[in-house]
Amino acid sequence: MKNGPVLEVNQLKTYFYLRDNKVAKAVDNISFSILPGETVAIVGESGSGKSITALSIMRLINKPGRIVDGEILLDKEEIHRFSPKQMMKIRGNDIAMIFQEPMTSLNPVFTIGNQIIEILRKHKKMSKGDASNRAIQLLKMVGIPRAEEVMKEYPHQLSGGMRQRIMIAMAISCDPKLLIADEPTTALDVTIQAQILDLMVEMKERFQMAVLLITHDIGIVSEYADHVLVMYGGQIVEQASAKELLQNTKHPYTKGLLESLPNIDDDVERLGTIKGTVPSASDFPTGCRFSSRCPNVMEKCTQSNPDLMEIEKDHFVRCYLYEGGIKNDNEYV
Amino acid sequence: MYKYIIRRILIFIPMLFALTIIVFGLAQLAPGDALTGVSLSDPNIDPEVYEMQREAYGLNDPIPVQYFRWISSVAQGDLGNSLVFNGRSVSELIESRLANTIYLGLFSLAITIIVAIPIGIYSARRPYSLLDYGATGFGFLGLAIPNFFFGLIAIYVLSIKLGWFPAQGTLTTPGVTGLAAILDRIHHMILPGITLGLAGTATYMRYMRSEVLDVLGSDYIRTARAKGLSESTILYKHTLRNALIPIITLMGFEIGVLLSGAVITEQVFQYPGLGTLFLSSVTNRDYPVVMAIAMILGILILVGNLLADIFYSIIDPRIRYD
Repeated sequence: MKNGPVLEVNQLKTYFYLRDNKVAKAVDNISFSILPGETVAIVGESGSGKSITALSIMRLINKPGRIVDGEILLDKEEIHRFSPKQMMKIRGNDIAMIFQEPMTSLNPVFTIGNQIIEILRKHKKMSKGDASNRAIQLLKMVGIPRAEEVMKEYPHQLSGGMRQRIMIAMAISCDPKLLIADEPTTALDVTIQAQILDLMVEMKERFQMAVLLITHDIGIVSEYADHVLVMYGGQIVEQASAKELLQNTKHPYTKGLLESLPNIDDDVERLGTIKGTVPSASDFPTGCRFSSRCPNVMEKCTQSNPDLMEIEKDHFVRCYLYEGGIKNDNEYV
Repeated sequence: MYKYIIRRILIFIPMLFALTIIVFGLAQLAPGDALTGVSLSDPNIDPEVYEMQREAYGLNDPIPVQYFRWISSVAQGDLGNSLVFNGRSVSELIESRLANTIYLGLFSLAITIIVAIPIGIYSARRPYSLLDYGATGFGFLGLAIPNFFFGLIAIYVLSIKLGWFPAQGTLTTPGVTGLAAILDRIHHMILPGITLGLAGTATYMRYMRSEVLDVLGSDYIRTARAKGLSESTILYKHTLRNALIPIITLMGFEIGVLLSGAVITEQVFQYPGLGTLFLSSVTNRDYPVVMAIAMILGILILVGNLLADIFYSIIDPRIRYD
């Protein structure tokens, strides 16, 4: 096993150039890394920039978006400098991705077999027969019953959970170093969600992959992630190990996310909410981007944006509440 | 699949039957008959002679009797005789005309497909490029200009002024055979073919553009990209087949549009097809010919829709009926 991180993202900026000279800073100066076998979760509401971060790593940002600055290193290779042709060899092979909508993520006019064989032939240069055998193996591995028959079936003949299993089979087919899962369970029934996440953990261990798990559900973080980035308005607002983040939550936004979760031990009338919605990426408030919705907003917050500060070892927060160190945390007085 | 096709063909039979009633009914509803067209305007003909002729042709029989006489002979493949062209059989009149019209229709459809689909794809891949704007402009123009007007301009500029293409007919010199005859025929079909296909080309270009754009933005194309497939595999394998599904359905209707458009276009270019025969027969009130052509056009449209349904079920696995 190599020692360095599988993926290193340094000061990544992905902007969208809109009409009227507006610039949407969808991803604004994000840095993080993922070690082999580690699962890093990016948590945030819709519009916080988490999917754009994932697509930036895949280099799948379409116009009018563009990676403006920053580095993306895969096993120390500077893939942000790769040509489109070089990237084709990386995608699906070294970095695989599964998406939110299993219902629409498979091509409706080709059989399941066709779609898995295609990627094996492309990256592993397998013969048709070998690829077909391997595809059946993969389907069995992800728990598809009657794999041989499913090979000849079309996506519309399968359920959402089955399709997501097939997406996972396709993702692991070329033994990638990094698996990016963009809200893999959001569109599924609750009962299926845990199955799919467990399957991902199993595959992660089996194939020794690093996983980037993107989710808006902070509830699944404790169970499946080692490390968590909380994103808001294209920036990281809090970053820590999963345990630390959940036990020692600092940022008002993270607190808001946690309070909006139902807890079996608390008997509350209503779940907490975060008032308002995520501001548009082309129209952030001046100062802290969360200031328009923050319950602890101070005058300073509306004037300048705080930096991401390390307030404890490996625990970073972007908030003026903790400017003078941890003791200023008025929440815990 | 086969079951579906067989069932689809069986539905054909009642549809054909309904078609015969409509065609016959319309012919009955139209004022006058072959005799009134010429005879009544000629004061020298004795009304008694006219009445005798009507009796001889059976035009005084009750309408159901006339219908069954007509349909039973049609069922035996006998379309009757023309009332105008010295009693020549309708089949004989139609035979060569039908072939000409089918050639023209297929030629026009080929132009439409060859031009519209690649341009539509290109426009979708490079939206808001110069060519896309050009194609959009051409699209609006193509839809806005009436067929006959475009045909007249084409004849004036390309045929009369520049002399590149013949202005009318199907063959320059009768009697040539082999390749020369085929080339001569195609040469004659270019102007009417383009004229007939103009609106269709413009329409399909727009459809293709929006379909490809739509598919390129879909989740499964993002998956294909994430798999590391090449742009050409993504376009020609994953996008095209999905984008063509609605186009194929529309193509079925296009056969009907082409055939009805042919009536006018053929007239403009004096192209000896079904359209010109249809128009002259209507003017002459030669109802056996009119009914026969209406029947044939109706059948061709039904066949076009059947083909579209079959292709549709081949290309889209979600629509496999069984």
